Amino acid sequence: MEMTFLEAIRAGLDEAMAADERVFIFGEDVGKRGGVFRVTEGLADKYGEARVMDSPLAESIIVGASIGAACYGLRPVAEIQFADFIWPATNQIVSEAARLRYRSNGMWGCPIVIRAPYGGGIHGALYHSQSIEAFFAHVPGLKVVAPSTPYDAKALIKAAIADPDPVLFLEHKKAYRLIKGEVPEEPYDVPIGKADVKREGSDLTIITYGLMVHYALEAAEKLASSAGLQAEVVDLRTIRPLDTATILQSVRKTGKVLILHEDGLTGGIGGEIAALIAEHAFEYLDAPVMRLAGPDIPAMPFASSLEHEYVLSVEDILDKLQAIAAY
Amino acid sequence: MTVKALPVSEQATSLSPDDLRKMFELMLLARLLDERQWVVNRQGKVPFVVSCQGHEAAQIGSAYALQAGKDWVLPYYRGLGVVLTLGMSPEEVMLGVFARATDPSSGGRQMPAHYSSPALHIITQSSPTGTQVAHAAGVGLAIHIRNSVAGKLVDDAVVWVSFGEGASSQGDVHEAMNLAGIHRLPVLFCCENNSYAISVPQHKQMGVQDVASRAAGYGFPGVVVDGTDPIACYEATTVAVERARNGDGPTLLEFKCERLTPHSSDDNDRSYRSIDELTAMRQHDPLPRYASYLKEEGMLTDADEQMMRARLTQQVDAAAKAAEAAPEPDPATVLRHVFAETND
Repeated sequence: MEMTFLEAIRAGLDEAMAADERVFIFGEDVGKRGGVFRVTEGLADKYGEARVMDSPLAESIIVGASIGAACYGLRPVAEIQFADFIWPATNQIVSEAARLRYRSNGMWGCPIVIRAPYGGGIHGALYHSQSIEAFFAHVPGLKVVAPSTPYDAKALIKAAIADPDPVLFLEHKKAYRLIKGEVPEEPYDVPIGKADVKREGSDLTIITYGLMVHYALEAAEKLASSAGLQAEVVDLRTIRPLDTATILQSVRKTGKVLILHEDGLTGGIGGEIAALIAEHAFEYLDAPVMRLAGPDIPAMPFASSLEHEYVLSVEDILDKLQAIAAY
Repeated sequence: MTVKALPVSEQATSLSPDDLRKMFELMLLARLLDERQWVVNRQGKVPFVVSCQGHEAAQIGSAYALQAGKDWVLPYYRGLGVVLTLGMSPEEVMLGVFARATDPSSGGRQMPAHYSSPALHIITQSSPTGTQVAHAAGVGLAIHIRNSVAGKLVDDAVVWVSFGEGASSQGDVHEAMNLAGIHRLPVLFCCENNSYAISVPQHKQMGVQDVASRAAGYGFPGVVVDGTDPIACYEATTVAVERARNGDGPTLLEFKCERLTPHSSDDNDRSYRSIDELTAMRQHDPLPRYASYLKEEGMLTDADEQMMRARLTQQVDAAAKAAEAAPEPDPATVLRHVFAETND
């Protein structure tokens, strides 16, 4: 059936909670209100307030208490209301959750999911628009997932909950209601750590994730109709660990690469992917590896004109693709 | 809601003479094992040690009120007396001090005194202070959720977490107590207040006399306990344990004690504490005080104490020897356990 991106995440949470009594949701406004975006709407009525629990307004304890609950044997799904508010919990995520297994020599694990709506283009300004993935993708012991379609989102939230290690699950908030897609009724799996070729092509490769996948697909269609060139679109789905095999396979096929993300350019995940390609597929390249990313400014401003200037558009992507194709 | 606990001699106790002697034995073992760690550090055999000296009464008296393997325990890095009381052996402790492959806490990955044992429900800890207090609230929350989902009391375990008065300044400690207060979680927040956070005295750490006074702000009792009196510590903890098991919620226990050593083997307390202060501090050593009490009560003789000391010293000797002889971790294992392995 057709679902929005948001409904698919809710459906995945619902199935995980129905299947496993250990799963509970903990975050600000997740209970009666069903979350400020309504992702958890109806779940408190269905599973009770103990399993869909409103937290105090304090992000560090949302994650810190989730870690303790996971050590006890439950399966917490923590919600950070906006990714921009995750920073007070950074120590608990980076220094505790992600290191718990390593520091105990494998004797303890930390199976928590931290859901966080991220990204901009919705008049969220500096503190409701941030992309946070590059900071957390640097951390060994933490998995970072950012799906782009309802199909992937439903399966990946279930995979994240089933995962024995901490997973940061990033939901592009502009995709919540904008992106719709078919989601099967019957069970299916999407593994963490596996990228997906969303469009096949032989002339160049776009490597991206999240909302930008849809922009990339649109730009690829325009490139095909305007220039007759076929762009392959690789949707990473998981930012860490990266699916290097799928990335390199596509690069070796096309020889030309655009890495695309809304997150800022410098220190972004694009740099890591470019280095991987340079190390492992240099001799296949027909053009320099190019990046198209958010500008290196602190965050997305509120005024429409400024926000518009920040956000990448299909036209920006098409221009870049044409430049790479012409190289 | 702040209450002053009674001194040893006035404190009524339900503990048997055997238990009272056992607590002394654990305190003496903790002291001897702690002193040995400093010896091997000064011999250049281990790069770092951190001490529980001066905290033995607080730790052993309090942990004696817990059920090992059932209750959940999150000690901070001075918790040697706690883990010995729960059943960690001197050899297991020394394997951690020497960072050996068979160190049960971390396989030699963490600094000494970062205790962990799934079987004893001792949750692995880090070094940034106060983070474990948030985890303790989370364990309490998990117990609360499990009981709520079951619709009856299926787990009456309590959670015991310790931290210094310095760590009580951390936001995580506040956030944890706030959460525990909301849901009346079965958590004992145990502040071992030795009045110094490395070199910073309490009056530069907070504007209150008693950390326990903050409990009022979270809606549960705060109790000031003489942390050099193991019986007072046991009794105060027992009251808090009963409250938690009965669903009456958390307690903040503040054990006032002295740190008889520098912060760690890398610290020099004479650079910030006067000789007079360091001399006066020795009067608050819990071991001679408790030994005198037991002797006055006819539960211990000088000869008993000598025999006990000789026996425990042998144990410590054997533990240190075995740990020193144990193999170091295989360098090839450095990449393991970042994520779950198939056999985890």
